[in-house]
Amino acid sequence: MGFEVSGQDLRDLARGAAFLGTGGGGDPYVGRLMVEQALAAGGRLTLISPDEVPDDAFVIPTAMMGAPTVLVEKIPAGDEAVASLRALEAHLGRSAYATMPIECGGINSTMPLVVGARLGLPVVDADGMGRAFPELQMETFHVYGVPGTPMAITNEYGDTTIVTAHDNKAMEWLARGITIRMGGAAYIAEYSMDGATAKRTSIHGTISLGIRIGRCLREARERHQDPFETLVEMLKDTPYRYGRVVFEGKVSDIYRRTTEGFAKGNATIEPVNGGAPLELTFQNEHLIARVDGQIRGIVPDLICILEAETAEPITTEGIRYGQRVKVMVVSTPDIMRTPEALAVFGPRAFGLDHEFTPIEQLS
Amino acid sequence: MRIGIDVGGTNTDAVLMDGRKVIAEVKTPTTADVTSGVVTALRNLVGEQRAKPGHVQAVMIGTTHFTNAVVEAKRLMPTAAVRLGLPATQALPPMVDWPERLRKALGGHVYLCHGGHEFDGRHISELDPGELRRAAEDIGSKGIRSVAISSVFSPVNNEFEEEAGKLLESELPGVMISLSHEIGRIGLLERENATIMNACLRDLAVHIVDAFHGALAEVGIEAPVYLSQNDGTLMSVDYAQRYPVATFASGPTNSMRGAAFLSGCLDCAVVDVGGTTSDVGVLQHGFPREASIAVEIGEVRTNFRMPDVFSFGLGGGSLVREDGELEIGPESVGYELTSKALCFGGDTLTATDIAVAGGLADIADRSRVAGLSPDLVKRSLQMMEDRIAQAVDRMKTSAGAIPIVVVGGGSILIRDSLPGASELVKPEHFAVANAIGAAIAQVGGEVDRIFSLDKKSRDETLEEAKREAAEKAVAAGASPGTVHVVDVEEVPLSYLPSNATRIRVKAVGELELEAESVATGR
Repeated sequence: MGFEVSGQDLRDLARGAAFLGTGGGGDPYVGRLMVEQALAAGGRLTLISPDEVPDDAFVIPTAMMGAPTVLVEKIPAGDEAVASLRALEAHLGRSAYATMPIECGGINSTMPLVVGARLGLPVVDADGMGRAFPELQMETFHVYGVPGTPMAITNEYGDTTIVTAHDNKAMEWLARGITIRMGGAAYIAEYSMDGATAKRTSIHGTISLGIRIGRCLREARERHQDPFETLVEMLKDTPYRYGRVVFEGKVSDIYRRTTEGFAKGNATIEPVNGGAPLELTFQNEHLIARVDGQIRGIVPDLICILEAETAEPITTEGIRYGQRVKVMVVSTPDIMRTPEALAVFGPRAFGLDHEFTPIEQLS
Repeated sequence: MRIGIDVGGTNTDAVLMDGRKVIAEVKTPTTADVTSGVVTALRNLVGEQRAKPGHVQAVMIGTTHFTNAVVEAKRLMPTAAVRLGLPATQALPPMVDWPERLRKALGGHVYLCHGGHEFDGRHISELDPGELRRAAEDIGSKGIRSVAISSVFSPVNNEFEEEAGKLLESELPGVMISLSHEIGRIGLLERENATIMNACLRDLAVHIVDAFHGALAEVGIEAPVYLSQNDGTLMSVDYAQRYPVATFASGPTNSMRGAAFLSGCLDCAVVDVGGTTSDVGVLQHGFPREASIAVEIGEVRTNFRMPDVFSFGLGGGSLVREDGELEIGPESVGYELTSKALCFGGDTLTATDIAVAGGLADIADRSRVAGLSPDLVKRSLQMMEDRIAQAVDRMKTSAGAIPIVVVGGGSILIRDSLPGASELVKPEHFAVANAIGAAIAQVGGEVDRIFSLDKKSRDETLEEAKREAAEKAVAAGASPGTVHVVDVEEVPLSYLPSNATRIRVKAVGELELEAESVATGR
């Protein structure tokens, strides 16, 4: 049952999760090292498909909450997320059968793996974002009716808070405040649910997808193949089906500002051989890409900025004037494109005055 | 007058400069002991020359010693890594991601202690003097003489690193302390890695600086010595003995700065064609553009300020082969060019032979390459040109043509134009641009911290950061009137509503030469 994750898988996942982070979600490097440490200490890590989770089994997702910039400086004690999971078990009087990611993009692709490897608990190969998003209610779990609370938040001292909230937006608001008090990065367990609910409300196979994307990019490089072509080909038999390079050029302008805790900004990418530039708008993650006012990709579809030669994913913080990049847009699975889902993390949820248009329908 | 020296892997280059004028240049092979190569270079400069040793006001040296020591894991001293941050950070102890070979070379002595700050300046935990004394005792009992201290968010607040450093110094008389906030930026592991590398190079740094002093004394030069840093600025030898890591990657920086000086181009691409490889970099306001990704040295992740350089396998010694398809490089005869290349009487067809046959250079014996097929020569020249043009295009920041400055011993391979070049400049003294870059280097100061914008406006905060950077430059030896800010970068901290932003400011100025007035007075 399931499959055991190897060291090479973890290195591939680090790159694949950066791709799925669509510019945000934080560098998975620290998380990868933490899993490696847990494995070196004798831990084992097994990924299981949501279909392998018994309907009445109990699943407790785990994650990091806060600023990845803090995490790279204030590295965890190691057991924070484990403590949150244990606190939630104690609070609810139920033992977890497995943990699960809430976010497959960036650092949070790896945090549940730390928990899994430390506790010998299986990790469900699925998540609730299908990419990276900035807030806790931006989850398919939330969209399809799973209460996020009770939720546990733990810091490096093992101090734990249980949050119960009347809805998931209130959970986000309260938990964000606690996270600041805990130093800007804290470790959470939330959206506990049974196996049947996990099957129904999660995006399936997203951690193994991250591994496959990373492997695809690595192998393309090793074989001197075009990484973009091989990636587009690989995506065809995944729930993400369709991907396309929509633009190539050089970053000619980058503007960032902080508003309400979000790194908002714009980047301009000039085509190498003249013509209209691509305008990219981001809020931690890339939200919309436009050329001459025409939409080339829009949230929740993945807008990925990749180094033009190697297809190395570039984060919004890593975008620099002068970089040569390709912009790839990837379709998200159907579960993320329903009207209910778009109401939670579609363009209007980010203040964009546009309807969602799937990449397949954009020219 | 000043002397600039670049100690590279193959050659030691040196120049004697009077103000902005190059008086003399030499190229000698780098010797295994380094010092004798430097002595030879210096002798050639001042010996045959118009300069008396007493007229030399300063000597600037760029060297690859320290990078090589880490890459080869040789000549490194046992080092203790003390980290302040408990109960946080235990998940990943110091040197966690180092190659075994390098960790072993340092002994793997790691101490996790209390201390550290939050991003907003709160304490994670208080420093525990008893805990640090116990660590000191253990370090002392193992005979370790160099300690790297890193504390969480020390770029925001350095009090714990300073305090712990003082405590260890008093417990372990004569111990050498390296503090992470003086060496790296935000990013604990990367900054700590750089600090540990610095600590393990301290003995070597003392030795090398002594060797340089010895070399100068042998030639009779009493002027102060400076070492080049990776950002194109200088440090005093006292500073270099404490911060040897700052020399990493100073070679490419020096050659690019030298190119800017020689050509007068402050915004351009620089191609440095060596014997085996070529480096392409971009100058912005006269300084190399820095790489934005984490840089690995000896397979260890760091966040050094490194120039963004693209290297590829084409140089004067590159092998030219046609076995079906035409191939040039990446194999090279390297320093054996003068014995192996056809035009020097050898039996190997090299890129230099093509340049000589094509009439680009008048060196060695042209008749030895007269038999080469004109078609092969033509296609080879075209291929080399294409590859250089492609490399430049890769590094360019805009589609338009830009000035390209070509330096380095291998620049004879390039004709007088390149696609994508608004002009192509091959300045005089191109072969020793790196030594010139060392000679003309400036003195800098940098600030890289997280600032809270809650209490002060953004403009006030930027002014504060700029002032601090300028003060650091002056403290490092810059003449106050010449200091100016060359780079400002802001990165807001995402996912936090506290309005914190990370600001990096770099200021530079001309080196204040105290001896200058004295010398002119003579």
